[in-house]
Amino acid sequence: MKIVVAIKQVPVRDASVRIDAAGAWIDEEGLSFEINEPDAYALEEGLLLKEQHGGEVVVLCAGPDDLGLGQTGVVLAEILGIPHATIIVQVEKQDGSIRVKRELEDGWFQWVEMPLPALLTIQSGISHLRYATLMGIKKAKTKEVRRVSENELPMLPASTVRLQRVYPPQKKKETQMISGTRAEAAARMAEVLKFELRVK
Amino acid sequence: MSGVLVILQQQTRNGRSACTRMSWEALAAGQELAARANQPLLAAVAGGAAAGLSSEFQQKRVDRAYVVEHPALEHYTADGYVTAYEQLIRELDPSFVLFPHTYRVRDFAPRLAARFQQSLIADVIGHRFEGRAPVFVRQLLQGKLNADYTHVGGGPCFVSVQGGAYHAETLASGSSEAEIFTLWLESSQIRSKPGEPFRMGEQTVDLTAAPVIVSVGRGIQEKENIPLVADLARAMEAELAASRPICDSGWPPMERGA
Repeated sequence: MKIVVAIKQVPVRDASVRIDAAGAWIDEEGLSFEINEPDAYALEEGLLLKEQHGGEVVVLCAGPDDLGLGQTGVVLAEILGIPHATIIVQVEKQDGSIRVKRELEDGWFQWVEMPLPALLTIQSGISHLRYATLMGIKKAKTKEVRRVSENELPMLPASTVRLQRVYPPQKKKETQMISGTRAEAAARMAEVLKFELRVK
Repeated sequence: MSGVLVILQQQTRNGRSACTRMSWEALAAGQELAARANQPLLAAVAGGAAAGLSSEFQQKRVDRAYVVEHPALEHYTADGYVTAYEQLIRELDPSFVLFPHTYRVRDFAPRLAARFQQSLIADVIGHRFEGRAPVFVRQLLQGKLNADYTHVGGGPCFVSVQGGAYHAETLASGSSEAEIFTLWLESSQIRSKPGEPFRMGEQTVDLTAAPVIVSVGRGIQEKENIPLVADLARAMEAELAASRPICDSGWPPMERGA
């Protein structure tokens, strides 16, 4: 079984992001990147499946930029003409098919069975990510990394969505720190909730 | 090509079916867009044949309403919904297709848009007009940035709207009769076999029905601090909720994910 895991690099979570001079994208100078957190869970799931059923895990990374629309998986399934399922929290491989548990809204779940090959998008936090061992890191360095340039790929249709500009959001929310003794803080908080925020 | 088509989502839980609140918010966004672009407002909902979908439109003001009914749509599948809505969109030829940005929409709308060689502008928090063209705003990098997106070229513009970004209360009321849209769909076109939706463990709370929610995030630091906030919630007659990483730790269970 071949398991392809599509991953993406993103700016580190707590990075302070600056906008470039043209206001068109972020200034990537001096910015550190890391694996997109949800993608790490997809990779972990791929490795677990390989350990249970054998096969090969191939990691695929497109880049550097995209529009950040967060729908690569589902669109890829359409292009490949294969079935897909999203927000998967459990995967069970069967003969020629796969049974997956999907997360629905409001704490509901559902099992779905699909023929293989299929495309899955994995929910974050469904497993414990393994730590990379020194040995593992060493071994990873010997793996072949194949770069595919744009002219090796079929012509892509022109994008129908244009990212015009990026800008910091206007902060509408306001943080009020309430200090004092417990009793004072509680009284002040009750006041804020009742009269300023008008909760009930 | 004309019209703003809003795709509503009906949900059946515990034997009750109704359009979700986020669907009406998407319809409110559609009303604004249609009025400003001077185009008709169209709405559609899909489901199994006996779901009583047409009653959803009785108090809504839309120019045309469609019920996409087929026995194969009784249980949601991406294949079924993409095939059904592809046929509806080819028939209606709208300029815009709007969705509520629900888990289900995330599952099928990007695929539906791709079938029209389009990209879904997903999880939009608002829009404004520059001349005759709408500019859609969405958040990037966990909300650190806002980004403006426009649609270029031909074909319908697919947009999903974030929950709470538009207000269902602003929806103009009226009365609309829904037409049944007949579609061509064979069960062999649906490759996945969906099981019955279920909850893990006993359900004790429905956050969508709570008038007030007190939600905690990572700032709560330790599980031992949860009762402090639970007390506050009780005092306010509110439901306790938490952000995803907190629910992942199981402090309040996943059903309390805000």
